[in-house]
This record gives sequence, C-alpha cells and structure tokens, in this order.
Amino acid sequence: MLRTEEMLLNVGPQHPSTHGVFRLVLKIDGEIIKEAKPVIGYLHRGTEKLAEDLQYTQIIPYTDRMDYLAAMTNNYILVHAVETMMDLKIPDRAEYLRVITMELGRIASHLVWWGTYLLDIGATSPFLYAFREREMIINMLNEISGGRLTFNYMRVGGVKWDAPEGWIDKVREFVPYMREQLKGYHQLVTGNEIFMNRVKGVGKYTKEEALNYSLSGANLRCTGVKWDLRKDEPYSIYDRFDFDVAVQDGGDAWARYHVRMKEIEESLKILEQAVEQFPSEGDILAKVPKIIKAPKGEAFVRIESPRGEIGCYIASDGKKEPYRLKFRRPSFYNLQILPKLLEGENIANLIAILGAIDIVLGEVDG
Amino acid sequence: MVEELLYSEAGLLNFGIFFLLATVLLLVVLGFVTYAILAERKVMGFMQLRHGPNQVGGRWGLLQTVADVLKLLLKEDTIPKLADRPLFILAPVIAFAPAFMVLATIPFTDKLQFADIGVGLLYYIAISGLTTVGIVTGAWASNNKYALLGGMRAAAQMISYEIPLVMSVLGIILLTGSLNLNEIVEAQKNGWFIIWQPIAFTVFLIASTAELNRVPFDLPEAESELVAGFHVEYSGFRWAFFMLAEYVYFFAMASLTTVLFLGGWLPLPFLDFIPGAVWFALKFTAVIFILVWFRVTFPRLRADQLMEFGWKVLLPVALANIFLTALLKEWLNIF
Repeated sequence: MLRTEEMLLNVGPQHPSTHGVFRLVLKIDGEIIKEAKPVIGYLHRGTEKLAEDLQYTQIIPYTDRMDYLAAMTNNYILVHAVETMMDLKIPDRAEYLRVITMELGRIASHLVWWGTYLLDIGATSPFLYAFREREMIINMLNEISGGRLTFNYMRVGGVKWDAPEGWIDKVREFVPYMREQLKGYHQLVTGNEIFMNRVKGVGKYTKEEALNYSLSGANLRCTGVKWDLRKDEPYSIYDRFDFDVAVQDGGDAWARYHVRMKEIEESLKILEQAVEQFPSEGDILAKVPKIIKAPKGEAFVRIESPRGEIGCYIASDGKKEPYRLKFRRPSFYNLQILPKLLEGENIANLIAILGAIDIVLGEVDG
Repeated sequence: MVEELLYSEAGLLNFGIFFLLATVLLLVVLGFVTYAILAERKVMGFMQLRHGPNQVGGRWGLLQTVADVLKLLLKEDTIPKLADRPLFILAPVIAFAPAFMVLATIPFTDKLQFADIGVGLLYYIAISGLTTVGIVTGAWASNNKYALLGGMRAAAQMISYEIPLVMSVLGIILLTGSLNLNEIVEAQKNGWFIIWQPIAFTVFLIASTAELNRVPFDLPEAESELVAGFHVEYSGFRWAFFMLAEYVYFFAMASLTTVLFLGGWLPLPFLDFIPGAVWFALKFTAVIFILVWFRVTFPRLRADQLMEFGWKVLLPVALANIFLTALLKEWLNIF
C-alpha cells in the first residue's frame, strides 16, 4: 500500500489570488481541500477605534481606505449616518453628485471584480479591457474630487467640490460607451465554454444558507432574493430613478457573475437618468455649523455598496467626536461562508469561489 | 550534405562538423527564442491595449529579451536549503535537453534537415515525453508544496495529452505509410493534410497546446492558483532553462504542426518562385500566432476538466478519425 498523507498548505497572505493580504490555511488531500481556515487581520488598522478621537469630517478619509475599490459609497455611509442624526436637508445638486459618483464607483468596482476574477481563472486580457474603462471612471472622479482612489469627496451636508464645467457631459457620453463595451465583454467571456465550465455550479449555496450567513449584495441576490437597499429602503434620491434589481437563481459563481454584470447595466441606467435630471444650479453643501456635532443619541443606517449592505452605527454623547463608531462591513460578513464552501473542493475551485465572493481586504480587516 | 555525413566514417573531422552544425542549430534556436518571446509579448501587447517592450533596443524593444537573459544570468543562484540538491541542479537540464534534441528531425526545407531519420515522427514524440521527467524532478526536488502540486499536474497532463496527440497523427501515418517527416511533407503535394485530416488537425492543435503547457492548459504553472507551479523555487538561469525548454518546444511544436498539416516547405500553387524556407517560416509564424492568440483569449481549465476532456473527448475523436481515415483510404484510394 502506498502511504498517503494530508498536507497543510498555506495560501497567502502573499498569494496572487487572495486579493490582498488574506490567508487561508488548507488541509489538503492531493488537490482536494479537507478543511479551510481563513486568517484575517493583516490589514487591520483599527478604523473604528481611531474614529473615536476624530471629528466627523476627519473620519471621512479613513472610510476611503476600507473598501478602497468603491470609496464613494464608504464616504457616503458615514456622512449619511451623521446627517441622519443631525436631521439635515441635503441640497438637490449635492444629492445628484453623490448618486452619480457612487454609481460610477459601483461600475468601477464591478469592473475591477470582472477583470481580476477572470485573471484568477486564467484569462489575462479581460483585466486590461476592464481597466481601460475603469481608468475613464477614475479620471472623471479624479476631476471632481482630486483623488483617484481615496476621494475624500463627501462632507456632512453635501459634497466638497462642485462638478467642473463639462463634467456632466463626460458622464453622459460615458454611458453609451460603456454599454458598447459591455457587449464586447459578453462576447469575449460570457459565452466562453471554458469559462462556463469553470464557474457553473461552483461555490453553490441556497437561499437559506445565504440568509443564515448574513450574506448581502450580489452574494445574496444570486440565490434569488430580491433585496437591494436602493429599492427596498431608498436612501438619498434613489427613489427618483427607474431601475431593476439584478437577481439570479443559481446561487453559484455563474449567477454571481451575471448579477454583477447586470448591476453595471442598471447603474448605467441610473447614471443616464441622474445626468438628465441634474439641476443646473444650486448649493452643493447644506448649511452646517463649522464644527459638526451629532446630537446625543445613536443611529444606524445602511446602504447598498457594490459588495453588499454596508452599515454605520454611531453612538454620540453630543461631542464633536463620536462616542462609538461601528461599520457593518459587507466583505467581512460575506467571507464567513468561505470555509463551508471550500470543503471538498479542489484548489482551482478555491480561487474561483473566493474570487466570486468579491472581497476587499481593507474592508474585511477594517 | 547531412545525408552523406550520416553515412560517412566516424572520425574527428566528422565529429567536428556535427558539433559545429549542432552549435549553429542551437544558435538559430536561441535566436528564435529571443525573438519569439519578443513577438509574443508584442502581439499580446497589441491585443491587450498595451505597447509591449518598447524601451530596450529602439521602439520595437529589439533587445528586451537579451537584456532579460543577461539579468537572469547575473542573478544570484539560489538553492533552497531543504531542496534535494543534485536533483534540483539536474532537473532543468533534463527538461531542456530533449527540447533541443527533437529539433534535429524537423525538415525546415527539403535540404535543410539535421537528421533524416526513418522514424522521425516517433523519435520526436518519444524524446519530447522525457521533458515531463525533468519537470517532475524539479518539482519534487524543490521541496515546496506548490511546486509539488504543479509537478503532479504536469505529469498527469502531459501523459494524458501525449496519447491523443499520437493518435491524431496516426491518420497521417496511415495516409502516407511512413513515419519519415520528409516523406510526410512530400505526400502533401496534392493537398495539405489540414484539408484531408481536419479532425486530426483540431485534435493535434489542442493536444499540442496542452503538451506545451500553454493557455488554456497552463495548469502546471497556473500562476493564480499555484503561484508559479513546478518552478516556483527556481531562479536565475536555472529558471531560464525551464523557460527555454518551454519556448524551444514552442518552436518545435509549431514546426511539427507545419510539417504534418501545413505542407512544410511546399509552396501554394503558382507561387513556387518563393523559396521553401520562406514558406516554412510563413506557415510556422501563423501557427505561433494562433498559439499566442489562444493565450490572450482563453481562461484556464480546471485539472479534472482537463483530464476528462483529454480522455473522454479527444481520445475517442482521434480514434474515430483513424477509423475514418482507414475507410477513406480503402474506398477512395487517393493515396
């Protein structure tokens, strides 16, 4: 008899496909995973604790660094929480700018996911195509906020900068361009037999499991749960737009792929309408005191980030700093299901499953 | 000339000539590898909205690979402490030597061939199988878990794809009645085998991509899964040897495809004023281009799907092709 033994394989924190400093300790038998133990915390910066010593405006740059692929939504969740506590009325123009930048950020984030996911699966070109389009978005956001990745754009009561001249037209032109490119993406990847074989039926879970594991975003919608906070609990001005919620039934990586691709299209729809409705003039910042103080009490708000439900809890004792700040970071919650999904899979599937969850380590580690 | 040499007496002079010729071939091959890598990077860049190498050696990056090789030569030679030292050193050589050996039988034109062996095709397939040993040895000797996984994948993959590869070629052997590569080319005077054997060509192209460990079959070195697979612990020139082996096979396999299916040096009708070498180079470049194109387009297969595809699809198709070829040969009597 040949002697066989289980092997302990350390994947990460320096591994090309863990999307950052994520580590997995695998017990493998050949290439079959017997047990997977995720190790996180390599990027932990203690945002929540640091925030307790910072004024509200000073916290905004920290939120940029959580989900650094969609920093606009993170900006928004913090200012939204503070605004909810202060009961502020936000000027229309600011709301539109927020929605436009957030939706652009959502598209950029999904593009990065699309490109890197295919890179994980072994196709190199889609990554470069996705980054071409993302570059256009980044340039637009750079023009309006001055930053390419960490924007620090939103403020309590509005936004920091008004749209420069011609900026709205650039967004308007971007929408049909992106639609055209999306067709190309589908042509190159979606119908590819190898790609379908790699993702169909991979990392499958049911609706109940998804709900029990507290998954959100595309990870939840891929099981047929039609739940999108932009629709179901409209915040900002999302109730003014006509768009669909992307839902699939499969519950596998293939379904998640389709949900995200559809979401790009829906975001484009929102962008199109937002650009049409964009008020030609108006304030971009509400009347807010110089030093922002949230009134005594607590608040929890949640919005739909590209990765799922991002939430922010603030407990304030009336000072200019929060007493306690807590983020519900969707990547962290979505990652919980990973060990369960990995059991019995092989290493190639590990990459396909982890990639389909779409985590950002800055957000997982906080 | 080579023919005469082969049958001449053994002696220092003849040995010297052989040695010289081998060196010339090696230099030609190295030159090819240098520019094949550049061409691949340029074509990939072109397809991926990038420029590719454009700094070293003018705007076409003509000296980029030379600079890369120099860098590899100058790098520190690291051998992991817990590696199996002799095997670790030997493995790249085992992987590279057969890659160079197979080139001897390729007829580049009707005159330019280094060894006109009667069983040339068999020789090619037999020798090329040896490289797997080098890869598995290297993977095992590195004492690294990722390398080991890559090595296992390589062994499994190359063994299972060798079989459909051979089976697909059998159809051609049936038609020509010879294993000699020269005669196979001559037999294509009234039509290249890509026309007579389209199924075999498809199977051969897929199986040869798998043999070459290229996308979509690059599992042994799948960088997003196994980091770099079997050569993860190799650096400097030992690593370069693995890469060299890979690219020499690239060269050899493209040449073999040209010889077997695209009529080797034979010209297209009415265009026979262009010399055979040019025809060979053209067809050969087309094959290379297709393989690069594959690399840019496809995602990677999973190990189990790869095996399934090899055994359950390619092999039966290749066998059916042999059957079909035999029937056609009996009934139509073309050859």
